[in-house]
Amino acid sequence: MGLDKYQIAQRIAQEVKDGYYVNLGIGIPTLVANFVRQDIDVEFQSENGILGMGPFPFEGDEDADLINAGKQTITALPGAVFFDSAMSFSMIRGRHVDLTILGAMEVAQNGDIANWKIPGKMVKGMGGAMDLVASAERIIVAMTHTNKAGASKLLEACTLPLTGVGCVKKIVTDLAVIEVRNNAFHLVERAPGVSVAEIEAATEGQLIITGPVPEMIL
Amino acid sequence: MIQKTVADVHQACHGVEDGMTLLLGGFGLCGIPENAIAELKRLNVRDLTCISNNAGVDDFGLGLLLQSRQISTMIASYVGENAEFERQMLSGELNVSLIPQGTLAQRCQAAQSGIPAFYTPAGYGTEVAQGKEVREFNGKMHVLEHAFDADFSFVKAWKGDTAGNLIFKGTARNFNPNMCGAATITVAEVEELVPAGTLDPNAIHIPGIFIQRIFQGAHYEKRIEQLTTRTKDHGAR
Repeated sequence: MGLDKYQIAQRIAQEVKDGYYVNLGIGIPTLVANFVRQDIDVEFQSENGILGMGPFPFEGDEDADLINAGKQTITALPGAVFFDSAMSFSMIRGRHVDLTILGAMEVAQNGDIANWKIPGKMVKGMGGAMDLVASAERIIVAMTHTNKAGASKLLEACTLPLTGVGCVKKIVTDLAVIEVRNNAFHLVERAPGVSVAEIEAATEGQLIITGPVPEMIL
Repeated sequence: MIQKTVADVHQACHGVEDGMTLLLGGFGLCGIPENAIAELKRLNVRDLTCISNNAGVDDFGLGLLLQSRQISTMIASYVGENAEFERQMLSGELNVSLIPQGTLAQRCQAAQSGIPAFYTPAGYGTEVAQGKEVREFNGKMHVLEHAFDADFSFVKAWKGDTAGNLIFKGTARNFNPNMCGAATITVAEVEELVPAGTLDPNAIHIPGIFIQRIFQGAHYEKRIEQLTTRTKDHGAR
């Protein structure tokens, strides 16, 4: 049994450090905000134009002029700031945002990521993902280790159209924490109760295992 | 003071013709020029190229112009919320060009600023870069992207004055400021139009020099696309 999506978010939250400006993608990454330590100062950026994004509003307090990049109604925390889209991507491309957390359909052992298009299916668009992955210094991918058909999402090479090349450095899945470097996946931690053999079996790309692999602490 | 006020949305949209390229502000349904979109539908101008981050929903925003088949080409970064859009795209009635969101914003900004083209790392090594010039700067590859060349820009602000100065509210700002002055004619619609000289000059987000026509919009619906709230206890729902 691997982690559920909340536990994946909980593990990723440990990567969020004091003083970080963080951009969260849609899905599991959005959940990360709920698990960030209360004793550190972190600001969440949403690329549609807010720094200092707060939780969802209480019923009746929602404001049509205040949404996140997933078009959900949100709140602004004290000290929050609004800005235009070009400035938002200046923060992203200019590497002022410290950490980007996003989902993926496939990641390759060279750090390539595919998360926007499945040929033959309706294409919705890349949104800000290509700008984010092309520029962020720290990118963490949150995803399940295998897809619904059971096939590995950690591949020797991506099969789907790419979102960015050579950009992913860390992946947190339901089974493991993996670092991506030197054209290989490196197993750093295993989910509680998950064996190294299970992770190896679920990883198509080259997986490097050095010594005993510790269990994640959640 | 140079006056930019026009009487109504009909005057504001004067000169929009079939086959033109339009920039439209907004993110999802947040901060969209509702009045201008309604007028474009009434005018029934066709074969439009619309540049906007999203394409509205089936019955609101740019979805209204899709219903009446007025759009032939859509340039956007994300279009996921619109079944009619999907149908027209799959049937080939609608040309769709999907581009990275930051590139979309910067292509507006470049047009506003008189910068013909710029290099960005976004999309390098992906199909977005196909057929485009690429160049290495500081050890990293970049893609050459061009400023938009549009006939009209339609933006929505919260407050504006008769000189065209604009103030935006919340995340309804989004692409609107970047599209001001990024087309031959920029039309701003505002929720509240005040006499020039009454806004605090320090608070103005976009100077009126970028605006050709301004009017006070009517009947803003400001529809919410994804209503998410939490209960007084805790947690999302």
